[in-house]
Amino acid sequence: MRMAINRIMNFGHFFVAVLLAASGSANAALTIEIVGSGANQVPVAVVPFAGESLLPQAITSVVAADLQRCGLFKIVDSVGITPEPHEPAEVNYQDWRARSAEALAIGSILQRPDGKLEVRFRLLDAVKQVQLAGYSYIIDAAQLRATAHKIADLIYEKLTGDVGVFGTRIAYIVKSGKRYELQVADADGYGAQTVLASNEPIISPSWSPDGTKLAYVSFERKKPIIYIQSLASSRRQVLAQFKGNNSAPAWSPDGKQLAIVLTRDGSSQIYLVNADGSGLKRLSYSSSIDTEPSFSPDGMSIIFTSDRGGSPQIYRMAVSGNGAQRLTFEGDYNVSPHFSPDGKSFTFIQRINGSSFNVALQDLASGQMQVLTDTHMDESPSFAPNGKMLLYATEIGGRGILAAVSSDGRVKQRLSTRFGDVREPEWGPLSKDQ
Amino acid sequence: MNKILLGTLLVSLLAGCAGQDVKEQPKAGVEDKSASQTAQTAPSEQKAVEANPLKDPNNILSKRSVFYDFDKYDVKNEYKPLVEAHSKYLTGHKDAKVAVQGNCDERGSREYNLALGNRRADSVRKMMNVLGVPDSQIETVSFGEEKPRATCHDESCWKENRRADIVYQGE
Repeated sequence: MRMAINRIMNFGHFFVAVLLAASGSANAALTIEIVGSGANQVPVAVVPFAGESLLPQAITSVVAADLQRCGLFKIVDSVGITPEPHEPAEVNYQDWRARSAEALAIGSILQRPDGKLEVRFRLLDAVKQVQLAGYSYIIDAAQLRATAHKIADLIYEKLTGDVGVFGTRIAYIVKSGKRYELQVADADGYGAQTVLASNEPIISPSWSPDGTKLAYVSFERKKPIIYIQSLASSRRQVLAQFKGNNSAPAWSPDGKQLAIVLTRDGSSQIYLVNADGSGLKRLSYSSSIDTEPSFSPDGMSIIFTSDRGGSPQIYRMAVSGNGAQRLTFEGDYNVSPHFSPDGKSFTFIQRINGSSFNVALQDLASGQMQVLTDTHMDESPSFAPNGKMLLYATEIGGRGILAAVSSDGRVKQRLSTRFGDVREPEWGPLSKDQ
Repeated sequence: MNKILLGTLLVSLLAGCAGQDVKEQPKAGVEDKSASQTAQTAPSEQKAVEANPLKDPNNILSKRSVFYDFDKYDVKNEYKPLVEAHSKYLTGHKDAKVAVQGNCDERGSREYNLALGNRRADSVRKMMNVLGVPDSQIETVSFGEEKPRATCHDESCWKENRRADIVYQGE
């Protein structure tokens, strides 16, 4: 079971090479701080795996950190239980029930003669005393962190019934001084890689549905132009560079088309274009601002921001461009809509009391709206692929940081770098082997 | 004359600045405000500045910025004389071209602000159109909230950044 891990490396293409910097993962790492927790936390123990202490990279500490960070689990301390169990036969369930653990992760890591590692992992139900999951992975040492995220995803899935997103990645922009970097990192902020560096602004990164490419807007030619860049090869192409602004790329769910915003015919309007830049078709026909398109998961409709009613509000139209209907009615500034993965709701930014900008969530069927955050300068919300968390940009103490909030508003996290402003995040899709 | 002109050009080149020495025939070049102070030490430069109404601090044409209210893109009455003056200059100088650059304060969505900056630039362009300036002399561009002139995080800076700038080609 080889893991498909995409890493961005070896930039070396003609024009792009001038702009790209060597990646500096060490000082670019995002640090995460948890600010809230779920209502019901499942107590789970993650026992250090046999053979783990000999490895350059711990695995169970990453698993435990993932579970703790999402706010739905309480990590049960395994210190003092001897001997540490690594096989089901070695587990004395009384020990773990005494510590209120409801589930228990155990395992081992073996060095194979061919230099690879074999990671064995089991998840046990401490109450019913049965095995919930059992897996083994043959990996290279470089894949230890990714394997830890995979194990955390399995535990999350077995214990909550939802898909785990610890193995996913996020894209965002870091601005330090006059320098802008488009970066991609693991969802826990580790392993940041620079995709593009420029002395001109970069905004609006958007993941292709298969997670292999990013569309983004770069001002490197002194005006906004949309590019699509492959993460594996770093090869990129211009998607749209028409007269005026080219911006706000959003992929269709099948990855074949993008909704984009152009000013070539006057004000900002929404167009549809094939991923190779061909077949441009205008979708919206208003004399006002239409921008920030987001596809519904079924690909049938697009939600977007428009000020056609006098203030920016969220509208929905068919992918043909017909039948635009207004969705938001509360407040005079509602922008940046993103569909939820199940298509039943959307997130957006609402201005509250004229001064605060907050992440909000609205149910499409009922129209019910909920403000999720208590920060004040929120921007660019997007859903985790399981719909349970939202990632957004905000500002603390005059610095741009990333933050995440659960879709019920209970769990809150902050992600920040040591240097610079972080902004324009988008949560990537599930990796292919999830 | 040739010597003087050459001297001016040299000073301009050394200062990394172009276009300061020409009167009414703007050249392509990069805006560089820091360099213009160095260039002013040349005596011929002073003359050129006086002769250029676009650079004369006493002339309304030296004023280039139209300011806006939050989430608004209509040209307020107080800025109409400014746009009118530039329109008159452009209709009288068919070889002159301007870029109108729309900007926004940092609040709210970057993409919406990019669209709003476009509307701000467009509001100036449309007013110029009405006053007889053809589109061939005007190019609009939006920087959204990406190029703030003032960088603090309150209204004192935000009002500076809600702005459309009229930039002559060659400046």
